[in-house]
Amino acid sequence: MAEIEIYNLCKNYGDVKALDNLCLSVEKNGFYGLIGPDGAGKTSLMRIITSLILPDSGEISVGGLDPVKDYKKLRLKLGYMPGKFSLYPDLSVEENLRFFAGVFGTTINENYHLIKSIYSQIEPFKNRRAGKLSGGMKQKLALCCALIHKPEILILDEPTTGVDAVSRREFWDMLNEIRSYGITILVSTPYMEEAVLCDTVSLLFKGKVVESGTPKEITSRYSSTIYSVKTDNIPLALKVLRNIPGLMSVNSFGQNIHLVFKDENHSEQEITNFLTANNILDAELSRIKAGIEDSFIDYILKENKN
Amino acid sequence: MRTVLIILRKEFRQIFRDRMMIPIIFIMPFVQTLVLVYAATLELKDTSITVVDLDRSDYSRNLISKFNASPFFKVNFQDYNYSNIEDDILKENTKSVIIIPDNFEKDIRNSIPVNLQMNINAIDGQSASLISIYVNQILAGFVKEKILHPTVLSQGQMPVSFNVKSRFLYNEELNFKHFMLPGILVILISMISIFLTALNLVKEKEKGTMEQINVTPIQKWQFLTGKMLPFMIIGIFELALGLTIGILMFDLPFEGSVLTLFVFALVYLFAGIGMGLLISDFASTQQQAMFTIFFFFLILILMSGIFTSVESMPDWAQTVNKINPLYYFMRILRSVILKGSTIADLIQEFLALVIMGVTIMSVAVWRYRKTN
Repeated sequence: MAEIEIYNLCKNYGDVKALDNLCLSVEKNGFYGLIGPDGAGKTSLMRIITSLILPDSGEISVGGLDPVKDYKKLRLKLGYMPGKFSLYPDLSVEENLRFFAGVFGTTINENYHLIKSIYSQIEPFKNRRAGKLSGGMKQKLALCCALIHKPEILILDEPTTGVDAVSRREFWDMLNEIRSYGITILVSTPYMEEAVLCDTVSLLFKGKVVESGTPKEITSRYSSTIYSVKTDNIPLALKVLRNIPGLMSVNSFGQNIHLVFKDENHSEQEITNFLTANNILDAELSRIKAGIEDSFIDYILKENKN
Repeated sequence: MRTVLIILRKEFRQIFRDRMMIPIIFIMPFVQTLVLVYAATLELKDTSITVVDLDRSDYSRNLISKFNASPFFKVNFQDYNYSNIEDDILKENTKSVIIIPDNFEKDIRNSIPVNLQMNINAIDGQSASLISIYVNQILAGFVKEKILHPTVLSQGQMPVSFNVKSRFLYNEELNFKHFMLPGILVILISMISIFLTALNLVKEKEKGTMEQINVTPIQKWQFLTGKMLPFMIIGIFELALGLTIGILMFDLPFEGSVLTLFVFALVYLFAGIGMGLLISDFASTQQQAMFTIFFFFLILILMSGIFTSVESMPDWAQTVNKINPLYYFMRILRSVILKGSTIADLIQEFLALVIMGVTIMSVAVWRYRKTN
């Protein structure tokens, strides 16, 4: 049986459907990523899994336990890092860690091996108040506090939001290390480039899982060919390309513009000609494989059309 | 139990680390007792009054000297000119103007009724009526001496007079400070228990730390015990500190037993902390909690009889006071401190506080949700 098993889960806030018959399954020792825009239901889902809120209907099993009935036992098995920093800002780094170890009936020494590589980075500041730490250090401390009781499952709600790019990269390396201890990880993120680091990814949209699989599977399901256009004048190119015949979607991704057509009857030559005719002469064109973000935008576009 | 101790340690650490807490705990009792007791006093002392003496006789001078001799008044003596009376009162140069008429002495000697005029600034109604009472007392003394005195009476007339001597029990000198101090202590302890408990609990919600607590195995009773016990301890400490200040600085008599007082205080703190918890159930920010408490606290404290006698309040107010913990604690503190009452003497108040405490706390704990 999977470590986290969710079937037809629903949660409403008044008329708003936060979760709409959501189904999901996370393997033991899996590294599972949830991506989706704000309001897709990621946080609601995580709060139900961690027994913080109750679902309206549906079946859910976490580590073989029901978060509604067996929440007391479940809390010992779970580590949770909420999206908002929620440690005590007026306690020091060490006091926070000792407090959370204490309420789980353990000590820092007992599970030190688990957090050693992370904690050693913030240990020089162990007497500093948690509220005075930088964003990256706060996040490391929060991770330590979520791990100190040796959980079997670690749930992280947008752990890298508001953290600089270098710290983000480091953080994902840490998650990989944590996973090597046999811990199951469920993480949500709004950053597409992070999601591909997971071994399974689900796209969440309007309270539903709309795509699920390995990052490779998801992108391969994405049928259309994508043309990437590299140019110095992105705004103009975007404006021009919106009028190219047979267009499905055009979006900018950093330095590039991704172009998708409704059918396969288009060629690179056709695009180059079109751009040249519209005075964009420096465009470099290439065919690329779809990324997760392309799949996601594709889905949302289809959804909006229906 | 271990979990409760861990939470307690965390709470005390946070409380003493809070920049505002040390002043609140250690300075507030001094400020409240030393400043409020004087500020809230109703005593008249050296109130400036003006006497316009139109008679300028032995009798009138004698009366004026009686005013001057009283500790309540200081006479700004003025003769003939009484055109400025209104002006003087308006400008607050004097609180009251008393006019002794022409032929004051002559009329008294001839047993003709005499009229004195008294103008009092009644912006502050309470002190106006006190001034009036004290002036009348002095006049009564004067009348007794000059008019009812045998030498003034014609032969055959017998003075009929009652000599009433009052003794003020439990506060012999009618020392207003001894009346106010227990009241100030009630404010102090109520603020500690209601405000601090509510703000502390709401802070966890507001800062989001509740979210992290909720995924730990900490149980509701452990969390609440760890949250409320510190304020119980601080409340008792504040009472001891406030009482010490009262005894040392105001010669507050302490007739009752310390143990009785602290048993009552514990029961009251239980109810007060329950109120704090109840408000924190409904408030999601510290600001909301603050305003809600302020609203209720002002009503409860004014109705508790801190300044005015509860017996002279309208019936509905007296009924409301039956469920006002501050009212009971006000009575208890005054009775125990000034009168030496025991729990047996105050069994009604004791039971009322116990019932209210248990009820408020039960509802508050029942309503309390760690999650939103």
